[in-house]
Amino acid sequence: MAAASSSSCGGAGCGAHCSSSTSSSVEDAPEGILDRLSISGAAASCGKCGGGAVVVVAGGVGLCGECLRAQLFGKFKLAVTSSAMVRPTDSVLVAFSGGPASRVALQFIHEMRSKAIESWDASNSQALPVFNVGVAFVNESALLSKTECEVEQATEDIKSIVSSLLPGDKAMHLASLDDVFSSESKDGESRLRELVGMIADDTGREDLLQCLRMLSLQKIALENGYTKIMLGSCASTIACHVLSATVKGQGYSLPADIQYVDTRWEVPVVLPLRDCLAQELRLLCEFDSLKTQQLLDRPCSGINGLVASFVARLREENPSREHTIVRTAQKLKPFPFNKFSANGYHDFLPSRLRPKFQDVDNDESAFSELLCLICRSPFSESELQNLESTRHKSQKKIDLYTAYCCQSCHFQILPGGRDLYDHFFSLLPRFWTERVDTASASHSSLRDQIEDYLLEDDDDGN
Amino acid sequence: MQSAAAPTRAGSRLCTRCGERKAALKRPKTLEQICRECFYIVFEDEIHQTIVDNNLFKAGERVAIGASGGKDSTVLAYVLSELNKRHKYGLDLFLLSIDEGITGYRDDSLETVKRNELQYGLPLKIVSYKDLYDWTMDDIVKAIGLKNNCTFCGVFRRQALDRGAALLKVDKIVTGHNADDIAETVLLNILRGDIARLSRCTFITTGEDGPIPRCKPFKYTYEKEIVMYAYFKKLDYFSTECIYSPNAYRGFAREFIKDLERMRPRAILDIITSGENFRISTTTRMPEQGTCERCGYISSQKLCKACVLLDGLNRGLPKLGIGRTAKVGAGADGSGEQQGKRAERRNRSSLQGKHGNLDF
Repeated sequence: MAAASSSSCGGAGCGAHCSSSTSSSVEDAPEGILDRLSISGAAASCGKCGGGAVVVVAGGVGLCGECLRAQLFGKFKLAVTSSAMVRPTDSVLVAFSGGPASRVALQFIHEMRSKAIESWDASNSQALPVFNVGVAFVNESALLSKTECEVEQATEDIKSIVSSLLPGDKAMHLASLDDVFSSESKDGESRLRELVGMIADDTGREDLLQCLRMLSLQKIALENGYTKIMLGSCASTIACHVLSATVKGQGYSLPADIQYVDTRWEVPVVLPLRDCLAQELRLLCEFDSLKTQQLLDRPCSGINGLVASFVARLREENPSREHTIVRTAQKLKPFPFNKFSANGYHDFLPSRLRPKFQDVDNDESAFSELLCLICRSPFSESELQNLESTRHKSQKKIDLYTAYCCQSCHFQILPGGRDLYDHFFSLLPRFWTERVDTASASHSSLRDQIEDYLLEDDDDGN
Repeated sequence: MQSAAAPTRAGSRLCTRCGERKAALKRPKTLEQICRECFYIVFEDEIHQTIVDNNLFKAGERVAIGASGGKDSTVLAYVLSELNKRHKYGLDLFLLSIDEGITGYRDDSLETVKRNELQYGLPLKIVSYKDLYDWTMDDIVKAIGLKNNCTFCGVFRRQALDRGAALLKVDKIVTGHNADDIAETVLLNILRGDIARLSRCTFITTGEDGPIPRCKPFKYTYEKEIVMYAYFKKLDYFSTECIYSPNAYRGFAREFIKDLERMRPRAILDIITSGENFRISTTTRMPEQGTCERCGYISSQKLCKACVLLDGLNRGLPKLGIGRTAKVGAGADGSGEQQGKRAERRNRSSLQGKHGNLDF
C-alpha cells in the first residue's frame, strides 16, 4: 500500500495547501487504491441507492461512486452553510496544492457557485450578488530539488486544471514561497534559504514553511481583495495535526487550528472538508476523473512524518480512527476567534438561519488571546507568565521577540545559540516582527520617558 | 582529575555537569553526557522536586508503595525510602503487593518484592485475588480465555490495591507510573475519544475525593532513566512481561512513543504538557460517585465493576460486564451483544487495558 504509507501530509497541518500529499502515488497505483477500498467481489451493490457497484465503505455502508460524491458534497455544503463560511458578497480564495483534497474543495465550491449563478439568473430581483472564487497556488520549488522543466510542467498542469472549470472566470494566482519577502528584500529566494537553513530541527523547518505558506496565501488574498481563504484540510490531515500538536506540546492551542472557521488572520480561513477522509477524497478524484498534480509536494519528515505513518497504521487497524481523533479534538474548547462575530456578518443569511448565530456570548471579549509571533498559536498560561515577566524586565528587543514565541517554536524553530537570534529575527518576514514592535511600542515609549531615573539593577541593561 | 570542563582525550569525555569525572552515560531525557554520580543526583533531585512542587506528602503520613517487583516500583521504593531519609519527609512507608495468582509470573516477582522488604527495611503486605475474590487469574483465564482477561485483572487490581491500603491504614498510595506511561495514556485517550479521562489522566494525584488518594511521583521520570538507575544501582527487580498481557493496542502507542523519544527526547514531556493544557470545558465530568450496594466500594453504578465481573464469573457468564452491555447491575442478564449509547459511554472497559476502570 504505497498510497497509505506515503500518505499524508504529516499533519502539522500542512493545511490544505498540502493536505494533498496524502496521495502522492495516486497516479502510480489507482488500481491498488480501488482494490483496497472496494468490497471484494463486484456482487455488492450500493447500500444507499441499491444501484451501482460499491467503491467505498463508509460508516459500515458500501457506497457507489455517485452516493460517495453526494455524501462528500453534503458534508462540504453542510460545513459551508452551518458556519456561514461563504456570504454572497464574499470573494473566496481556494488554496490549491494540486492534491486531491484541495482539488475536491475547488470542485465543490465551483459547483456551489455555478448553482448560485443559475439561481441568480433565474431570480426576479437579483438582489443578492453571487460570491466570487479565485485560486491560489504557492510554489515551493525554491526549496525542492526539482528541475526547471518539472516545475514548469507542474505549474502548467495546475493552470490547466483551473481553467478547465467552466465558466472559466476564476482568477489564478501563482505565487512563490519567497514572495513573502518581496516587499523587503530583492533576493527573496536566498533570504528564504538562509532562514530555513538556520533551523536545525527537521520538524521545525517544515512547520516554519507551513507558516510561510499561510503568510503567502494571506498576502495573495489581501492584495487581490479576497475575503476568505478556503483550505482543503481534511479529517485525515487534521487527525495528523491533532497528534503532532500534542506531541509538540501545543495542547493548549490545538483547538484553534481544527475548527471550520479561523479568524485569527487578516483574511479568515475556512476548512469545509474537515469531516471528509483523505482516502474518500482521493477516491472521488479517481471516480470523477478530477485531475491532480503533486509533483511539487514536499515529503514530510521528522515528527510530522512519524505521526503520519502512525496514523496510517491506525487507519489500517480501524478505518474510522481518524474520525475518532478529530472528534476528540473537537470536544476541546475552541477560541473566540473560531467563529465569525463581526457586527452584521450574518445579515446576509436567510432569516430562518440567522437566529442560530445570534446567541454569540458577549462575555467573551472579542479577541484577547496573545498569539505566537511565528505560528500564531494562542499562548497558554505559562507562556503568558513568561511573556509578562520578560516584558516587565523590558530588556533588548530580541528578548521580547523570543518571549513572543510559543514554547514549541522556541524549541524547534529558533536557532541553537542565542547569539544567532538577532540574525534569525532579522530574516523573518517583517510582517511578523512588526506585530511585536507595535505591541511593545507603547510600553517602551513610557519607559523612554523615565529612562534617566531608572537604576540598573541587573546586567541586562547594556 | 583536575581539569576544566573541556573534553580531554578522545573517547573519554568529562561529565558536563560536574566537569570532573568521566561521563558514563547519555541522559535519555536531555542527551547530556554525565557521570554516574551526577546521574543519581539529577534523577533523585527531579523526583524530590516533583514531590515538593506538588505537595504530594505531609509529614507523618503513612504511604503504601504499590510494588509489583518490576523496575518502576522497585526503583520507586528505593528512591522514596532514600529521599524520605535524606529530606526528612517523615513518612511511614510500606510495600503493598497484589498477588493476582499468575503462576510463573507473579509468584516469581513476589519473591523479588519479599527480598526488597528486607533490603529496604519496608514492611510488606500482600493481598491476593484468591483471598479477596476466591478466583486467581489462572482460574479466570481458564474460564474466559485470553480475551478480556486484562479487564478482569485491571478492575480487580485497582480494588485490591485500595483494600490492601485500607488494611495497612495508609493515607496514600504511590504507584510507579512513569512519564512514558502517562504520555501513552494521553495518546490512547485521544485515539479512543475519551475526553473525560483525557482531562484527568495527567493529574499527578487522583482519587482525592475517594478514601485513599493515589499519586505518581514518577510523572516526569523517563522509563529509560528508571531502567538506567536500576541497572547502575544494581537493584534487585523482576523483568518479565506478564504472560497473559499481550496487548496489541497499547503496543501500537508504546512503539510510537519510543520512536518519538528517539527522534526528540522531550516529546514525552511535551505530550504530558499538552495533556495538562488541553482546554477541556469544566462541564465534562465523570459520573457521580456512589458506593457499591454489595461491597461498599466506590462505584458510579449500583454495583461496582469488580462485583459485576465477579458475579459473571461465579454464574458462569464471564461476558457479563465486558464491553457494551446495555445495563450494568444485578438484574442484567448476560446479553453482551446489546448495544446502547449510554451504556457505551459508561462502560469502556474493553479498551481499558491493564489499567483498570477508573485509574488513568
